[in-house]
Amino acid sequence: MRGSELILGRVCPALTVMTLLLGTAACGGGDDGGGSGGGDIVGLITKTDTNPFFVKMKEGAQQAATQQGLKLQSFAGKQDGDNEAQVQAIENLMSSGAKGFLITPSDSKAIVPSIDKAKQQGMLVIALDTPTDPPDAVDATFATDNYQAGKLIGQWAKAKFAKDGKQAKIAMLDLNANQVSVDVKRDQGFLDGFGIPVGDPNRIGDENDPRIAGHDVTDGAEDGGRTAMENLLQKDPSINLVYTINEPAAAGAYQALKAAGKDKTVTIVSIDGGCPGVDNVAKGVIGATSMQFPLKMASLGIEAIAKFAKDGTKPEATAGKDFVDTGAQLITDQPQAGVEAKDSAWGKQNCWG
Amino acid sequence: MGQAELLGLTMATATETATDFDTARHDSFGLRVQHVLHGNPVLGPLAVLVVAIIAFSLVNTRFFSAANLSLVLAQVTVIATLALGQTLVILTAGIDLAAGAIAVFSSVLMANFCTKLGMPGVLALLLGFACGTAMGALNGFLVTRIKLPPFIVTLGTLTIFFSLNAVVSKSETVRGSDMPSLMTWTGTTIPIGGFRLTYGSIIMLALFAYFFYALRSTAWGKHVYATGDDIEAARLAGIRTNRVLFSVYTVAGLLYAVGGWILIGRLASASPNVGTDYNLDSITAVVLGGTSLFGGRGGVLGTLIGALIVGVFRNGLQLGGVEVVWQGFAIGLLVLVAVSLDQWIRKVKS
Repeated sequence: MRGSELILGRVCPALTVMTLLLGTAACGGGDDGGGSGGGDIVGLITKTDTNPFFVKMKEGAQQAATQQGLKLQSFAGKQDGDNEAQVQAIENLMSSGAKGFLITPSDSKAIVPSIDKAKQQGMLVIALDTPTDPPDAVDATFATDNYQAGKLIGQWAKAKFAKDGKQAKIAMLDLNANQVSVDVKRDQGFLDGFGIPVGDPNRIGDENDPRIAGHDVTDGAEDGGRTAMENLLQKDPSINLVYTINEPAAAGAYQALKAAGKDKTVTIVSIDGGCPGVDNVAKGVIGATSMQFPLKMASLGIEAIAKFAKDGTKPEATAGKDFVDTGAQLITDQPQAGVEAKDSAWGKQNCWG
Repeated sequence: MGQAELLGLTMATATETATDFDTARHDSFGLRVQHVLHGNPVLGPLAVLVVAIIAFSLVNTRFFSAANLSLVLAQVTVIATLALGQTLVILTAGIDLAAGAIAVFSSVLMANFCTKLGMPGVLALLLGFACGTAMGALNGFLVTRIKLPPFIVTLGTLTIFFSLNAVVSKSETVRGSDMPSLMTWTGTTIPIGGFRLTYGSIIMLALFAYFFYALRSTAWGKHVYATGDDIEAARLAGIRTNRVLFSVYTVAGLLYAVGGWILIGRLASASPNVGTDYNLDSITAVVLGGTSLFGGRGGVLGTLIGALIVGVFRNGLQLGGVEVVWQGFAIGLLVLVAVSLDQWIRKVKS
C-alpha cells in the first residue's frame, strides 16, 4: 500500500517534471558547437562559460575557426575546478575525431591523464591561460605572463610613488588561500616590480617588508574585494596603495575606500583588461591595470591547430619562456616615465568582456 | 506546538528541575546548563558572540570601536537577510540550497530591468521582488505538491537559477551609476554617533524584528514551529501543513530578493559572479544561531547572532593577523561545536 502510494504519489510526478525539463534542455541546448561548415573539428574547453574572460575566448576561437574553415565544438565546466566536465569534454572530442583542442585546465594536474590519451590519438593539445602540471603535458601553452603582468603595475606604482614623494603602505588583495599559480605570480610580480624583495617566489605572504600592510583574499569578486579592503583598512588606516588580483576585486575595494572617504588618496592597481576594468581606469577608480588578451590566445591557438592539421607542425614557445606569451599591456591615464603604457581610449578598443 | 507554548512548557520544566536541585544536590552543573539552553536556545550563540568580541578587543585595540563594529554589521547584512529566509525554511525541517542563487539572480534581474528595459527604479525593484518570490514559490510548489525532499528541490533550482543568471546577464556586471539611485540606496550610510549604519542594515534589522514577532505571536508562526517539529502531528492537529510550507518557501524567496537589493547597494553594482558561497554561508549563520537542522527549534534572533559571529570572527581574525586558511578553519570548527551543542541540548530529560 505504502509502496504503490509512493510510486504514484511521488515518483511519477517527479519523473514527469524531469522529462519535461530534460526535453526543454535538449531543445534549448542546441547552439553548442555552433555550425561553421564541414571542415575538421577543433575543440575549446574552458573552465566555465559564465566568466567574461572565457566568453571572449570562445568568441576568438569561433572567429578563427570560421576563418580556417574548421568546425568548433566548445565545452565548459560548471564552475572553476570542475575537472570531471573537462575530462568528459576530451572524451567527446576524441570520439568525434577532432584534430586538436584548446583547454583552460580547471585542475592542472588531474586533467593530464586525459590529455595524454588525446595526444596518443594524434591530437594537438594547447593549454590556454593556465598551464598544465607538468607544463609539457601539452604541445604548447598560450598564456599571459602573469609575473610580467604583475611586474608592470608594480613598476608603474613605484614610479608614481617616487614622483609624488610618498612612502607606500600596501594592501595585497589576493585570490584565495590555495596559493594558485596565477595568484602567486601576479602577487610576486607586483612586489618585484615595486622593488620589494620577494621571499620564496612560489609563496604569497612570506615577505616581512614594513611597506606591506597586509594580505587578504577576495575570490576575485566584488563582494570579496569590498570586505577584504574594509578589514585591511581597519588593520592599517594608512594604506595608500592597493594591489588587486583582478578588476572585480578592485571595484569592490574601491567601494570600501569610498565609504571610508579614501578614494581620492589611495591608488588601486589591477590586472585583466576587461572592459569594465578599463572603464574604471578612465574614471580614475583604478590607477593602472595590465591587460591580457584572451581573444588572441584563442585565435592563435586555433590557427596553430589548423596548421598542425595541414602539415603537422607544432607551435614553438616564445624565446626564453616555456610558453607562447600572448602579451600583457599596461593601461593607464597617468603615464609614468620609464614605464611603457597605453591610455584607456586604446584600452577600450582592445578590452574583453 | 508553538514556540511560546514550547517556551512556557520548558520554562516550567526548568523551574521544576531547579527546585529538584535543592533536594538532590548531586545534579551536575552541566545538566543545569543543558536545561537553561534548552529553554533559551539563543543564550549559547550569544555567549560565543560576547566572548569573541571581548577576546578580539583584547587582541587588537582597533576592533572594539564604533566604526569597526558597524562595519561588521554592514559586512554581514546581506548574509543575515538571506539567513533570515533560511531560518524559516530550516524551522520547518527543510533546507534551502538556492538562497544565494535567488538573491544574486534577483539583483541581476532588477539591474537589467533598469538598464536593458529602461524601467524606473520602483518598478524594477518591485518586479525583482516578485521574481524572487516566484522562485521561492517554485521551491515551495515542488516541495509540497510534487513531494520532493527540500534538499533535492533546492539543489536543482540552485543550478537552474545560477544558469539563468548567467544567461540573462551574459556574465556582464551592471554598474550602479547606470541604474536609478533607488537601486543603490541600500548602500547609503547614515552616521549615528560613531556608528555608520547603512539603510540596508536598517532594512535587515527591521525584517528580523518583524519575523521575530511573527514567529512568536502569530498563528502562522506557531504553525511553522509545529510543522517543523512533527509534520504528521501538526497535520492531525488540523494545521494545513502544505500551505504553511509553501508560504515559508515563498516568503523566503522574497527575503532573498531583498537581500539581492541590499547587495546592489553594498557593491554599487550588480554582478552575476558574486555570491557563490552565500547558500552555505546562510546555512552556517542559522546553525551557529542555534536553530536545529531537524526543525521546530530555534529562531531568528539566534540567526542574527549567528551571522554576527561569522562577521566578528572574519573581521577579528583578519585584524589579529591570522592567515585566511585558519579563519575558515575557526568558523568550520564553530559550526561543529554548534551542532554538537544542539544534539546535547536535545537530549534534555523532560
